[in-house]
Amino acid sequence: MLSSLFPNVRWEDMWEASLQTMYMTAISVFATFILGIALGLLLFLTSKGNSWENKFVNGIVAGVVNLFRSIPFIILIILLIPLSVYIVGTMLGANAALPALIAGAAPFYARMVEIALREVDRGVIEASQAMGATNGQIIFKVLLPEAMPALISGITVTAIALVSYTAMAGVVGAGGLGDLAYLDGFQRNNPDVTLVATVLILVIVAVLQVIGDVTTRAMDKR
Amino acid sequence: MIELKGIKKTFFAASGPVEAVKNTDLTIEKGEIFGVIGYSGAGKSTLIRMLNLLERPTEGSVTVDDKALSKLKKKDLRLARQEIGMIFQHFNILWSRTVKENIAFPLEISGMPKEKRKARVEELVNLVGLTGREDAYPSQLSGGQKQRVGIARALANNPKVLLCDEATSALDPKTTDSILDLLKKINKELGLTIVLITHEMHVIRKICHRVAVMEGGSVVEEGPVLDIFHHPEQPITRDFVNQLSEPEEMKESISHLSEGADGTLVQFTFVKGATGSPLVTQLIREYQVEVNIIQGKVTHTQDGPYGKLSVLLKGDESAIDNALNYARGQVKVEVIPNA
Repeated sequence: MLSSLFPNVRWEDMWEASLQTMYMTAISVFATFILGIALGLLLFLTSKGNSWENKFVNGIVAGVVNLFRSIPFIILIILLIPLSVYIVGTMLGANAALPALIAGAAPFYARMVEIALREVDRGVIEASQAMGATNGQIIFKVLLPEAMPALISGITVTAIALVSYTAMAGVVGAGGLGDLAYLDGFQRNNPDVTLVATVLILVIVAVLQVIGDVTTRAMDKR
Repeated sequence: MIELKGIKKTFFAASGPVEAVKNTDLTIEKGEIFGVIGYSGAGKSTLIRMLNLLERPTEGSVTVDDKALSKLKKKDLRLARQEIGMIFQHFNILWSRTVKENIAFPLEISGMPKEKRKARVEELVNLVGLTGREDAYPSQLSGGQKQRVGIARALANNPKVLLCDEATSALDPKTTDSILDLLKKINKELGLTIVLITHEMHVIRKICHRVAVMEGGSVVEEGPVLDIFHHPEQPITRDFVNQLSEPEEMKESISHLSEGADGTLVQFTFVKGATGSPLVTQLIREYQVEVNIIQGKVTHTQDGPYGKLSVLLKGDESAIDNALNYARGQVKVEVIPNA
């Protein structure tokens, strides 16, 4: 029945493309979460009135973050080809797209992390200092847990942006549903392929959104 | 226990330097409850925050339990802070942790092993009266309960000093009293030195042994609470004392009655033992004056009661004079001129 409705869809290709999209999304979301939190913490802690206050470091990190956020993703992929070759050893395939995906998303997420950390009650941080907590204890026992719902909803938004970035990663032959929809669907004039690929992307996005919402709600005890 | 010497704190704002605390010396004895009272902006909050160096004094030295905090290295300061508990107006507990986990937080900081932590937390939960609420999140607690978590948390590492930064200002009067009772109990049972700041004379009256009055960044008056109540010297101190002993309604009824009333309007101030003496009975019996009671109030402080009674005396001039002379031997007498 399916083959009569979608005569040009090759399901094994579709499945492989889905796996590629999920692979790229999963790895890049994970790396973005870690890197974004690290950058966001650095932005927050070096800003005015915080424990590592340092105008110089803050200015540099903020500059780099803004720069990477401003470069259109499609250009970023091309610019980062030499780096990808250096890190993953190839300029083609799903792995080749990862450095660009992470470099594009982490700065975006870092800003969200910074905002989330700024929302943490100053009084609670101060109370921890009054108890004699170290900076490490304040980061891992106060800042991150208290900001967690915002950090999770932020990574959900970022993850969804990453799904659409993976569609562009086709230019370095990364594969994935976006690439399939463009090459097999649009270029070869198979609208049924485009349609199925689009629906699958929507399903992935919806699943990410639900996971994000449920986790945020479970974490938020306010 | 706590010694402040030549403490100054200047903030550098865009509009110029602001002297939040001017040259201040203060000594707080071991085991006492010391209150600092002042209106907002008087510098009392800055003062208490300098006792654990949350605010670093611009000049002067802070010594707590023989340790000169201002000279300690970062690590030693952290250790010293574990011996100084602090509670806050807005509680400042972590919403992401349960009652139990909030109380365990300072124990995690000081590195107490997990098995010991559990027993200590249980002890503290019982001490502050939160038994049965251990697994609740702060959002499920009332303000008073949140402050109890704050107190338990502050006491976790067996501190020698407890700092209370407007700890009852966000609570209703009834809850305020229950928190004050708890603080009093802790002071007695654990021998803990407590320093608190407040803008309510009620708090000072109820639990403090000594009080300092702050205005414009300086301590303008200081002494045992009962003395301050009895002989307030500065106008601002009198304001605070009157907050308690002369409520608005009393002033109104006095001014109302003194308008055109014949007789002598007198205010008696009772201290300590005198609150028990049958002064009014004596005046009526022995001196043949008519005593019309207008207003009266007895206030209890940590060191004993303190009261004020306003009466209108009628009778022969000589009888009134004799009566007043007698009264002067018992209490403080103030004749209020008729308006």
